[in-house]
Amino acid sequence: MTFLPKPKLHHPKLPTNTVGLTRRDYEGAISTLCAGCGHDSISAAIIQACFNLAIPPHRIAKLSGIGCSSKTPTYFLGAAHGFNSVHGRMPSVLTGAYLANRDLIYLGVSGDGDSASIGFGQFAHSMRRGVNMTYIVENNGVYGLTKGQFSATSDKGSVAKKGAVNADQPIDLAAIAVQLGATFVARSFSGDKEQLVPLIEAALTHQGAAFIDVLSPCVAFNNHAGSTKSYDFIREHNDALNKLDIMVNRDAITVSYAPGEVTDVMQHDGSVLRLRKLHEGHDPTDRASAMHHIMERKAAGEIVTGLIYVDPEPTALHESLGTVAAPLNALGDSELCPGVDALAKVNASLR
Amino acid sequence: MPQPLIATNDFVVKFANVNGSGSASANGLFAKSILRMGVPIASRNIFPSNIQGLPTWFEVRVSEAGHMGRRGGVDMMVAMNPQTWDRDIAEIEAGGYLFYDSTRPMPKSKFRDDITIIGCPLTEITNAAYSDPRQRQLFKNIVYLGALSALLDMEVEAVQHCIAAQFKGKEKLVPANYAALEMGRSWAQANLQCPIGLTLKRADKVGDRIFVEGNAAAGLGAVYGGATVCAWYPITPSTSLAEAFEKYCTRLRKDPETGEKRYAIVQAEDELASIGMVIGAAWNGARAFTATSGPGISLMQEFLGLAYFAEIPAVLFDVQRAGPSTGMPTRTQQSDLLSAAYASHGDTKHVMLLPEDPSECFTFGADAFDLADRLQTPIFVMLDLDIGMNDWLCEPFAWDPNRRMDRGKVLDAAGLDAAQNFGRYQDIDGDGIPYRTWPGTHPEKGAFFTRGTSRDRQARYTEEGAPYVDNMQRLLRKFETAKSVVPRPIMRAAKEKARDGVIYYGSTSAAMKEALSALEAEGVHLDALRIRAFPFHQDVADFIAAHDRVFVVEQNRDAQLRTLLMNEESIDPAKMIAVLHYDGTPITARFIQAAIADRASAANVLPFRKATP
Repeated sequence: MTFLPKPKLHHPKLPTNTVGLTRRDYEGAISTLCAGCGHDSISAAIIQACFNLAIPPHRIAKLSGIGCSSKTPTYFLGAAHGFNSVHGRMPSVLTGAYLANRDLIYLGVSGDGDSASIGFGQFAHSMRRGVNMTYIVENNGVYGLTKGQFSATSDKGSVAKKGAVNADQPIDLAAIAVQLGATFVARSFSGDKEQLVPLIEAALTHQGAAFIDVLSPCVAFNNHAGSTKSYDFIREHNDALNKLDIMVNRDAITVSYAPGEVTDVMQHDGSVLRLRKLHEGHDPTDRASAMHHIMERKAAGEIVTGLIYVDPEPTALHESLGTVAAPLNALGDSELCPGVDALAKVNASLR
Repeated sequence: MPQPLIATNDFVVKFANVNGSGSASANGLFAKSILRMGVPIASRNIFPSNIQGLPTWFEVRVSEAGHMGRRGGVDMMVAMNPQTWDRDIAEIEAGGYLFYDSTRPMPKSKFRDDITIIGCPLTEITNAAYSDPRQRQLFKNIVYLGALSALLDMEVEAVQHCIAAQFKGKEKLVPANYAALEMGRSWAQANLQCPIGLTLKRADKVGDRIFVEGNAAAGLGAVYGGATVCAWYPITPSTSLAEAFEKYCTRLRKDPETGEKRYAIVQAEDELASIGMVIGAAWNGARAFTATSGPGISLMQEFLGLAYFAEIPAVLFDVQRAGPSTGMPTRTQQSDLLSAAYASHGDTKHVMLLPEDPSECFTFGADAFDLADRLQTPIFVMLDLDIGMNDWLCEPFAWDPNRRMDRGKVLDAAGLDAAQNFGRYQDIDGDGIPYRTWPGTHPEKGAFFTRGTSRDRQARYTEEGAPYVDNMQRLLRKFETAKSVVPRPIMRAAKEKARDGVIYYGSTSAAMKEALSALEAEGVHLDALRIRAFPFHQDVADFIAAHDRVFVVEQNRDAQLRTLLMNEESIDPAKMIAVLHYDGTPITARFIQAAIADRASAANVLPFRKATP
């Protein structure tokens, strides 16, 4: 129902953030997804996170592939440019956009079909390349837009709405992101706003490849008994690692947290991730133990959520390439064209 | 025994070598030394898809008259590869010359009696002079270069100059190479009849021309054209284009203060990711390109439809090779025309530029970025292996110091403030080209959703028929506009009024010029039109209309340009006669001349032929 514009009127007393915008300024068009879709909760969490961080919306570029999840960028950040690209190919388009202008914030939205099947290769390579982005997979374990086929993240033994049983092993995108060198990996649940919003904020401030796998039940095709991506199943099997608070640029935000089990992780940009650990022994800055923890809990039938891994000093692609600080798309003739004298030298060298 | 061939500054020498034996460097010295004597050459590598061990050839056509195409035939064979001996010997023209390593005796049956046989014990000479096996192998190449310099009467100073230039920065290697050169030269002078009938003589026919491969030229063109993002995946024969871009950027595009790069090059995981990155970068305001070959274009099809429909200014260099499938990856063809022109599903058409030599690769390589921005659509620069991977003697690169990048219709923040009701896909100027704006430009205005799905003039999603048709019609108008901004075809009129014409393009140009002169000498007069871009300029239809018949000369099996002409200009197929060369070797003047002469004379006698009973 995108043809129905949202009313532009705001309540005069809506709270504003430090750039003078209200939460409504971060909204997009009205969603055309099914009522109760987990993806809409994720859109709401993205809106909340961007509002909380007071990011001017036009400084974000939102990119997606194809599928239900990839439609959602229309439903948030209406003042930001968006690119709804090709199925499974958001990572490469986002990589190119990031190469062109390192000053914008890149938000990639994808789904389990988009990232774990057709675009598995692009997902993998964008992680290992260190593209500075927030990459969110809205993972419902099903092909929604084509009406209910299994996806590559569907659990082995899970039952489709029409009764078929999935015999294939599932792909755990978060585990793979850890293994491939992503410098921020988290998992959450669309129905857990309290956990999801701070994770998105932390990912947006992370200066490297940040990946969040968000379990997001499909109300139309995958929210029934037998599904391992239903609201009930996830609520029963959710095993949260930690609770996250984020303090941007070491702002003195006071938070309530349980004493004893607190870890502060300062990121490269100065923001502090304060983790209230629920699990003994999980060190989110240790890649090997993060992998181990995911595998161990999975064997116990639990889905690990929270901040799984973070490298507080990531190296982003522009740094490894050694490009200039100015965005490449802002360079002009004098900086790009070597001129006639240089050409005369080239000609001379070819005689 | 026929009379041995006698020629000065006009003959073909072919080297038959084993890949990885170090011969390429010596053969290159041979070619450059002749240029140094002021005599034009056209040289071509014929190489396998292999790093070491398989046969490879290097052909040098010496042509004081300046013919840069392949002539066909070999006047002197330097046969250094036993694997290909029989076919190499068979290829020599009657009266020609064979130069070979005579260290081991060969049975008489292995030779021909209608050629001059020149044996030189290269292995014996190098084994006596060197103990290290690697040195024996490498210097053997320089020793034969020395022998050839005596046999062909080359100026030894020219060869020495080229050796010194080759080892610039590694000067301590120069004396050893001079010694090996002299070893071969003095042996030949003492033991062989020098010179033979084929000789070189200093001339002044090279002028200020440069000797360069098309891929390097196109890579440099991308630097001058302002490209900042290159995403690519290695594929023969395009790899050296991306590598040249990197080489020239390293030299010309670093911040002089900080050493930081004003460019980003990413070797992607595949061609899909390459074109995806190019599209993302171009959407976000950078000038971006990829370099690939036919199989890469096939993989990029889906993305190319997106770029066409979403109107993204991407540049693609397609260095064509022989297809289909893996085909002959190290052999040349012009066989991607149709797959590039109509790339992707749905109704699409793409702009193609068709350079004739490295000089034009540079010019078109830079122009492509202006055209992409101006037209907001993918631009294909169609090289082929012959232009891309061979050094060509061509006009020096030229650049207008007053030239500035044409970024096309891009609105900045002030432009968005001034614009009334900005809509990404509105045709304000009637040329089919809308205005665009880059992400991050304005806090409140101009944001829109780029997508491959149908949308209205305001970039709003719609699946309604009328706005879809409206948009598709505008894209056609834009394609019409393209006809007036792409490079115009170049006409070469026959000396006498001609009823027939010939159309050609790309690397065929060199052989075509020579064939036209030869045909003219036979009394066959043809007007010729070199097409330099698609969509076709009005001149093309006018040219075809002005002639009874038009030969269309190309290097593919299916007459792809002829098909494009039929399809886009509604031309009667009977009027266009295909002349096709597609065995993977570059087309020759002899081939074109024979093919056209045959058909031209057949047509002339036709009216007088009696009906068969």
